[in-house]
Amino acid sequence: MATPTTLPDERGHFGRYGGRFVPETLFPAIEELEAAFREARADEQFQTDLGYYLSDYAGRPTPLYHAAQLSGMLGARVYLKREDLCHTGAHKINNTLGQVLLAKRMGKTRVIAETGAGQHGVATATAAAFFGLACAVYMGEEDVRRQRLNVFRMRLLGATVVPVTSGSKTLKDAMNEAMRDWVANVANTHYVVGSVAGPHPFPMIVREFQSVIGREAREQILRLEGALPDAVVACVGGGSNAMGIFAGFLEDAGVRLFGVEAAGKGLNTRHHAASIIAGRPGVLHGSMTRLLDDEDGQIRPAHSIAAGLDYPAVGPEHSYLAETGRAAYLSATDDEAVAAFEKLARTEGIIPAMETAHALARLPEVAAQVPRNGIVVLCLSGRGDKDAETAEEAIRQKESSGSEVFGAGEGVEP
Amino acid sequence: MNRIGKCFAELRARKQPGFIAYLTCGDPSMAVTVDAVKALADAGVDIIELGVPFSDPVADGPVIQRASARALAAGASLSRIIDMIAALRGGGLKIPLVLFGYYNPVLRFGPDRLAREASAAGADGLLVADLIPEEEGDLAAACREVNLDRIQLVAPTTPDARIRKIAAATGGFLYAVSLTGVTGEREHLPEGVGAFVKRIRAQTDKPLALGFGIGSPETAAAAAKLADAVVVGSAIVRCMEENAANQDMVRRLGNFVREMVDAAKGRSSGSGESTRVLPAVR
Repeated sequence: MATPTTLPDERGHFGRYGGRFVPETLFPAIEELEAAFREARADEQFQTDLGYYLSDYAGRPTPLYHAAQLSGMLGARVYLKREDLCHTGAHKINNTLGQVLLAKRMGKTRVIAETGAGQHGVATATAAAFFGLACAVYMGEEDVRRQRLNVFRMRLLGATVVPVTSGSKTLKDAMNEAMRDWVANVANTHYVVGSVAGPHPFPMIVREFQSVIGREAREQILRLEGALPDAVVACVGGGSNAMGIFAGFLEDAGVRLFGVEAAGKGLNTRHHAASIIAGRPGVLHGSMTRLLDDEDGQIRPAHSIAAGLDYPAVGPEHSYLAETGRAAYLSATDDEAVAAFEKLARTEGIIPAMETAHALARLPEVAAQVPRNGIVVLCLSGRGDKDAETAEEAIRQKESSGSEVFGAGEGVEP
Repeated sequence: MNRIGKCFAELRARKQPGFIAYLTCGDPSMAVTVDAVKALADAGVDIIELGVPFSDPVADGPVIQRASARALAAGASLSRIIDMIAALRGGGLKIPLVLFGYYNPVLRFGPDRLAREASAAGADGLLVADLIPEEEGDLAAACREVNLDRIQLVAPTTPDARIRKIAAATGGFLYAVSLTGVTGEREHLPEGVGAFVKRIRAQTDKPLALGFGIGSPETAAAAAKLADAVVVGSAIVRCMEENAANQDMVRRLGNFVREMVDAAKGRSSGSGESTRVLPAVR
């Protein structure tokens, strides 16, 4: 097995996953993008510029915060990597600043993006406004409804939000539509893919721009604890925040990596988004990866209460890490995520994104797998303002159906 | 030489451009597709592309997206399409048939099994919109083994050296995507298509089919002057969609297509109710 950092190989493969499954029209564009990325990565000026924007504009480094209340409850030293404190409220800005700067360097005048929860859309619109590029964001009609606040933010930032009415009207369909736009406008347009998904080189590029999370977290935990963590945990939809924080620890064999997928209404139903745990290898959106499909190879609609996890596939490198056993993948249901959402608000005074709440929901299990008082780092990928309406509705339903209301100070799990 | 090779040899001998028609199988039902295929053959079409519907057709515009969704809702699948091909051949259909789809259904069916079963049923070629030669693994070899043409695509963005490489790999003919964009009719041929075709001709003498954006007698005639064959897809699918409620949909489809075939082949066309006697089924 190749060491993780030597991957992908020159054809964009992580073992049997990854690759470039695109219409021929796009092939030259992704080759051009790869060359431009490698050149930029080696260019000190590009790195200096990006570093400046990340610190002075986006607010990096983000704190690695010792969550004392959670730690007490779980018998582990729990640290939260506070990506929710980034400009625009999530880790997505790390990638969009990098990619839009790259697009500008390539002479592109327009960027496009797909978005689920709207966080990547907002981050792309922000970077486009900042660098003076035109911007269009594709968003499933269902998500436009679920995430009205983010739709308004994108429009305020000067982006055109295009509601997508095809298919399941969610993230998958937004990505289809963005790819169609890119095929038609490839000469002047860069497609800012928001996750570690899509054809090579996107999984590599997005991992690189998000790896700042893991690099910072590694330095910070060594400074704070004088030791590496026992475990690192993050939610996984496409998997960009997880890949970003994992990247800092991939070669530290003693650090266990956990990804948490969305189990929606349960893995035994058809309404989930757990493509690693419950899916199989296939090809969608340009790469070979684990995905949810039927016996004829038609992609099945995913479901999650978190729009950002509502995707029937996953970044190819996660499929590879699962297959090699370097990372373990767990899942959390909608209800568990909502409970964890409330729990973090009341214990630490932090309202997390509903996506992040999935990782929080499995924190007790992860803590149980490390030595007593072991160190667990969780990527708090985003803040939850955008989810207020969804959470309110879910909590109201739970209360009216008579199930237990979660109170402050209760243990997370028995 | 399979049916596709023979077809292009005959067209070249007659100094006539070919006409390739696409339709989405199973839209609105497999039974209607069978009738539509026969109508296309009777309308003088040279090759038929049988679209295999996929849930996420990223290379297609709205018309074929809608048709794919309808076909899947009505239960279309690769195995039913292969069964349909066998039935059509059993009924004496001689026209070359090319499967056109996306990779995930191919992968799920099994590339080897698909090549074997499609060929045994009477298919002549396979096009996969999201599969470039670099990623196709053993599919090309599996197709070669059963004399199924593995047809490759080039686009205006493809550089010369890569055109040469893809043309060398393609079976049957080379499919040139006329424009940078998704499928769907356009009013005119895209600017620069003449130069693009010239660029391809300088790299290969394989038969060349020009598709995407062609959907009227005018665009078909213009494209036919450039390439060895023209491909019409969305316009045919749209004609079927618009006439879905009509009892005589299939007849209307035949007339609609015959007019484009005549234009492409430089024959004067009548009212569209042409009485010209065409070779029925080749």
